Amino acid sequence: MLSQESLARIDVEVAKYPPEQKQSAVMGALRIAQEEKGWLANETIDFVARYLDMAPIAAFEVASFYNMYDIEPVGKHKITVCTNLPCALSGGVHAAEYIKQKLGIDFNETTADGKFTLKEGECMGACGDAPVLLVNNHRMCSWMTPEKIDQMLADLDK
Amino acid sequence: MSTHELIFAGLDGDRTWRLEDYVARGGYSALKKIINEKISPEDVIAEVKKSGLRGRGGAGFPTGLKWSFMPRAFPGAKYLACNSDEGEPGTFKDRDILRYNPHSVIEGMTIAAYAMGCERGYNYIHGEIFDVYQRFEEALAEARAAGFLGQNILGTDFGFELFAHHGYGAYICGEETALLESIEGKKGQPRFKPPFPASYGIYGKPTTINNTETFASVPFIINDGGEHFLNLGKPNNGGTKIFSVSGHVGRPGNYEVRLGTPFSELLALAGGVRGGRRLKAVIPGGSSAPVLPADIMMDCTMDYDSISKAGSMLGSGAVIVMDESTCMVKALERLSYFYFEESCGQCTPCREGTGWLYRVVHRIEHGKGRPEDLDLLNSVTANIMGRTICALGDAASMPVQSFVKHFGSEFEYHIEHKQCLVPADVQNEGSKIYVGPTC
Repeated sequence: MLSQESLARIDVEVAKYPPEQKQSAVMGALRIAQEEKGWLANETIDFVARYLDMAPIAAFEVASFYNMYDIEPVGKHKITVCTNLPCALSGGVHAAEYIKQKLGIDFNETTADGKFTLKEGECMGACGDAPVLLVNNHRMCSWMTPEKIDQMLADLDK
Repeated sequence: MSTHELIFAGLDGDRTWRLEDYVARGGYSALKKIINEKISPEDVIAEVKKSGLRGRGGAGFPTGLKWSFMPRAFPGAKYLACNSDEGEPGTFKDRDILRYNPHSVIEGMTIAAYAMGCERGYNYIHGEIFDVYQRFEEALAEARAAGFLGQNILGTDFGFELFAHHGYGAYICGEETALLESIEGKKGQPRFKPPFPASYGIYGKPTTINNTETFASVPFIINDGGEHFLNLGKPNNGGTKIFSVSGHVGRPGNYEVRLGTPFSELLALAGGVRGGRRLKAVIPGGSSAPVLPADIMMDCTMDYDSISKAGSMLGSGAVIVMDESTCMVKALERLSYFYFEESCGQCTPCREGTGWLYRVVHRIEHGKGRPEDLDLLNSVTANIMGRTICALGDAASMPVQSFVKHFGSEFEYHIEHKQCLVPADVQNEGSKIYVGPTC
């Protein structure tokens, strides 16, 4: 269900916790599974739960509670723009509007070619870098002017 | 004015996060001092108490006192947790501490573990700063290889294992008991207190949780003495504090200054109000802290007691600056949406109440407000506050109460005229994309 490489990475997470507390590794394990699969289908979550000896519903509760896990399919690149107040004061909303217009989609939509999904984010803890956005959860892009957004989208589209 | 005296001192260059660089800056000398001079755990806690260090995450609780609550003699596992789940809108200091000076946190945690008899610890890092989490993992590997972590630290029988745990997008996990649940691999819903974490924490074992900046301050207290740290600030407000300044300023960013520094000096450091416009309001301690109008704020010094006296909270030290182009109804609408989105859903007053707050502020902002709405907002906040397991309900309510209290006429204008007091083009100009000179 998951590659040997992903399982090895999950084992590294498991080793951080006492042997009888494997469930603690579920956040790391779901993240690793999502990196491999692109999103978390029910069967992926079930697999992770079994691997960690926990109830599938407990793993699903985690996957559905934390908003960086995608329990619905997303485009190849997920772009999450922070529009919270500190970012909004420095152009966060303008940056989001610019991306919407460039991609022709609204928040929570995916482009017809399946390349881009756009999300509205809550505070990423980088308000001094506004406008801030995340690409595929792990790459933070700071000070996103229209020129930098153009460049980013062009690079991702390659 | 002195800036960047302690945690941010000497952080120029691109390898400041490496062990080698940290040691060259005097790093791990506090840990070595404790080991070499055989300073007792009780004396370490006494020194931290003397320093007047207060929790840098938001609540401002005296750190030394918190450490003394740990049942040191309790047989069995005891845990230490670092709260780096920095998601309070406006706050971005822990990210920079971990990016540029992660070993200061590792050293601070190791000293804390020694003082409280903890054998294992976790640093819970905000999921959105994943590159910082990865870097912290590297710093941990360096510290283990050099004998600053693990079994037999610096050749003694003192052992401490430290690991990194990441969040994945839940503001509530910054609440300490939600963070514990999350470390246990559960959804982050806060626990009822008591029992407090010092008696029932991770896996039901005694646990102490401190903020990243709190731990990073500890090596300085041990090296220079608690009294020196205290004297950097003012009585009851020891040390320096990192303020994250965001919003309408010329140079948004982190500024480490002494507690007690006048707000006007901090504002000047951050480049003053952007574009020569007039200051309108400031949220001095992260989005959960009550907003203060410009005239009150300009009379404040940046410390726990002064901001509290002015009717707000120093909180996490996140200073959100709003100038005259800001519509206060719109600003509150965005914050209220945030709390509505992030309520964990466990307690009815918060789950339902945050939705009410957002919907009512939203309709006022969109010209559908009713004359009774301000009373309704106050009534909803009164029914949330003090009636929930954790502080998120209060955190959602305090912005609403303070915005209505200080800027009530703006809300009334919206309700009566179905539009904003601040013209749309002025708002648009004030909120356009701004990239400061530091970038």
